[in-house]
Amino acid sequence: MLGEQIIKGMAVTARNFFGSYFSKNRLTTVQYPEERLPQKGNTRQFPFLVYDGDDAEKGLRCVACQICEKECPPKCIYIVKSKDKKPDYKGQPQIYPLTFDIDISVCMSCQICVEVCPFESIKMNTEFELSTADRFGDLLLTKEKLAKPNSYYQKIHPADAAESDAVIAAEKAKAEAKAKAAAEAKVKADAEAKAKAAAAAAAAPIAPPPANPPTTT
Amino acid sequence: MNALATPPKNFEVKPKLAANGEELGELLEVSMGPHHPSTHGVFRMDVVLDGEKVVKLKPVFGYLHRNHEKIGENISYLANMPYTDRLDYFCSMTNNWAYALTIEKLAGLVVPERAEYIRAIMAELTRLQNHTCLIGFFVQDMGALGTPMMYAFREREKILDLFEEVSGARMMCNYMRFGGVRVDVNDEWIAKTKKVVADYSKFLDEFGTFLTENEIVLARTQFVGVLPKDLAINASITGPMLRAAGVNYDLRKVDKYGIYSRFNFQVPVGEHGDIYDRYMIRVLEMRESIKILEQALRDIPVGPVMDPKAKLRGFRPKAGEVYGRVEAPKGELGFYVISDGSPNPYRYRVRPPSFINLTILEDMCLGHNISDAVVILGSVDIVLGEVDR
Amino acid sequence: MFDQLDQIFVNALHWLVGFVPEVLRPLVTPLICISFILMVFPAFFSIITIFERKGIGRIQNRYGPNRVGIPFTKIRLAGFGQFLPDGLKMLTKEDIVPRAADKLVHFLAPVVMLIPVLLSYSVLPFGKNMTLADYDAGLLFFFAVGGAVEIAVFMAGWSSRNKYSLLGAMRAIAQMVSYEIPLILSAVSVVMIVGSLKLTDIIAHQNHYTFGIAHWHVFTPWGFIGFVLFFIASLAESNRTPFDLPEAESEIIAGYFTEYSGFKFALFFLGEYLGMFAIIGLGITLFLGGWTAPFSFLAWIPSWIWFFGKLTAIIFVFIWIRATLPRLRMDQLMNFAWKFMLPLALINILVAGIWHYMAADWQRWLVCGALIAGAYVLLGRGLMQNQKLGKRIYRYAE
Repeated sequence: MLGEQIIKGMAVTARNFFGSYFSKNRLTTVQYPEERLPQKGNTRQFPFLVYDGDDAEKGLRCVACQICEKECPPKCIYIVKSKDKKPDYKGQPQIYPLTFDIDISVCMSCQICVEVCPFESIKMNTEFELSTADRFGDLLLTKEKLAKPNSYYQKIHPADAAESDAVIAAEKAKAEAKAKAAAEAKVKADAEAKAKAAAAAAAAPIAPPPANPPTTT
Repeated sequence: MNALATPPKNFEVKPKLAANGEELGELLEVSMGPHHPSTHGVFRMDVVLDGEKVVKLKPVFGYLHRNHEKIGENISYLANMPYTDRLDYFCSMTNNWAYALTIEKLAGLVVPERAEYIRAIMAELTRLQNHTCLIGFFVQDMGALGTPMMYAFREREKILDLFEEVSGARMMCNYMRFGGVRVDVNDEWIAKTKKVVADYSKFLDEFGTFLTENEIVLARTQFVGVLPKDLAINASITGPMLRAAGVNYDLRKVDKYGIYSRFNFQVPVGEHGDIYDRYMIRVLEMRESIKILEQALRDIPVGPVMDPKAKLRGFRPKAGEVYGRVEAPKGELGFYVISDGSPNPYRYRVRPPSFINLTILEDMCLGHNISDAVVILGSVDIVLGEVDR
Repeated sequence: MFDQLDQIFVNALHWLVGFVPEVLRPLVTPLICISFILMVFPAFFSIITIFERKGIGRIQNRYGPNRVGIPFTKIRLAGFGQFLPDGLKMLTKEDIVPRAADKLVHFLAPVVMLIPVLLSYSVLPFGKNMTLADYDAGLLFFFAVGGAVEIAVFMAGWSSRNKYSLLGAMRAIAQMVSYEIPLILSAVSVVMIVGSLKLTDIIAHQNHYTFGIAHWHVFTPWGFIGFVLFFIASLAESNRTPFDLPEAESEIIAGYFTEYSGFKFALFFLGEYLGMFAIIGLGITLFLGGWTAPFSFLAWIPSWIWFFGKLTAIIFVFIWIRATLPRLRMDQLMNFAWKFMLPLALINILVAGIWHYMAADWQRWLVCGALIAGAYVLLGRGLMQNQKLGKRIYRYAE
């Protein structure tokens, strides 16, 4: 009969009308500033730079290798390398970024920079309330604005942060072991050289070859 | 009389001519779009109307052209992945898959079992949400005041939440990588997905009672915008439009890419090739997608999600050329890549399904009303990000 | 006491007029009534727009407007303060007149739209003794005045010199003229039974009770189908979904008022809604007993509350339909008017005649009911099967 399906359709909308007063499933809107949805698993917004410890300048993990700058699809990262070096978390002298800018009006939140970074130093933030009155200045995030402590990263992405901390710790342990081994080797080499020198001095007056101190790499 | 008072040039009416050259009346040329409420973005139709009947229709596009293919040739293989999200921004997962599939073919990477399952799950979820949105939009083009669209969006949001949880973004997922997927899914996510999939057929039932047999929908869609079978084949139409015209051609069955050979599902085929068939084929395809999802979520194995040979930095596939394709929700999405061994492709080209499906718009619209032209455009299912690239 | 409340507006009018010298009273009385109508109905309109937005929001599983309350306070009133900023926005927007438009006609169209609509309120009975001008041919006056709206629509569409406006105006004219016929024919059956064109007489005919149930016309077979026809035709007359082709957003932007902005647009909007209220008010008067109560034990509630209550209820149905249905196409609209509604309205007139001449017992109900139901089913089937529309079965490829 004509109109039967129309009546059925209207019953569906009526069910939704009344359902919206009772069922959360039918009224999914969240009243935003007052109510907020919990953050979802791997949510990402814009990148930030991780630093260890309390000092953003000293603990910055970034070594200005410029891989992210090269790989960034929309080319929104701008890095200037430093001329001097400062020690990184492993205690080795490293180059650090003099300038590290991300233009988040260009950035497309793709996370490629995070994936290609070999130093666990750039990560994705979950901060999304970034509206500003200044279209150019405030949307260009400088190194100072980008740097966030590792504890912040642990807070927003606990699982990923733990993974990255493990990587860092492993690197550090490896570096330490290596340094230790190197130091031991040096001691050994020194001792050997000394013994050799002594032996040589005892045997013949030939100048001993200078012992090459192993370089830390 | 000042110059301002003269009517603008585009308000020209053309004489309508009879076969013997006699003037019968006037034709009205209307430029629908790019700022039109129902052209799905920035599409433009130059329509010549006789009364309200369409006698000529010229699709004009390119307003959203952003040099996708040239950009793809100038950045590394990996960096192009997020750009493929933005082709058809409704189905970034299938776009990722098509691109990853192509480059895997080129580089000879093997995708682990679990990653294949995850990919299939993501693709079918994408198909669900794309078809849901499409039927919502399309009934809105028919004049329903956004209600079907809001219901569709309500359901789509649940799927987008699943995407966000895994990939970090709702629409621009950027999830697949050459040789696998970026992050693994956890058991909690699989449980959530199972629940969404289980609830989905309830939504489809409700939507069916709401609109599928509604008299007005029947009157507006049946025997309107008919696409004959031979024309569909000649114009290389793919996807639900082709199947609605009565051709059994689904790349999931033809190519059996990924692990689709393991799933038990059917391909619905239309008979008349009109708008109603296109609409119903999509509804039925959603039911099949639910079947695939149930099987995939049941069988998903444990294991790694990345090919250990795959590398992110300094990825240089060997020289060669390759074409990879998947059955995207809108049709056959293909990527053609020529590599010269450098970090970026030498030539990169996309075969966008909505662009090619749009080419026969005039054939479908001729002789119909202007109201039908809008609905026919809606039933083609275009996304301008993909049409204009 | 309830009688006092019922007649409160009438008494207030008399009290106000009492201050005026005897000579001026015939002039002042209508002026007060007119200003009353000019106050009440636009206020009702502004509330209804919020109801509509909230209702459609709820149907679409949204909240709808729920923020604006009393300005400068934190009281939100569930969003019912929204009409104030909405109205202010309309008033303060720039009034754009297209360069190529016919400026005089473009300016006049919204005014021409509003005036006949307001005129039609003069014959509507809003409550007991509450009719501004109780003409003997009130129904005729209503339809005559209501017909003038089409001129305004066409003026707007033509003067804008915009192709969408022109298409919208053409559609509007075709639609309004076609649907005026079933509208009037469905009212004719009431006139036949009552034997008067005077709207107060039509209400008086319905204002008596059997077993406590009112004798509304809608409770008879001819009255029911007459009401359904009137309802559908009034949907079309007030350009509401599924007959909103003249302003079909997804096809022709906004139809005949595409080129209107600011206050002129607000006038169109107001005119359209006031027209809708007027035609619903007429429908209530003709079929739903006007200001009378449905059950005798509810008759103590003031008559104007019944009128506005019924008005609001039917507007809700309008909103509900608007949020549910897609739109018809032009040719289907015409088919529906000429091949379904017109024959049904004519059959309904015949049934009304049979009803009038048959004895008042159950046989009358059976005959009239069977005639109406048979005609409805057959005409409906003819309309659908003529175009081979129907459910389809799909096959799966292997």
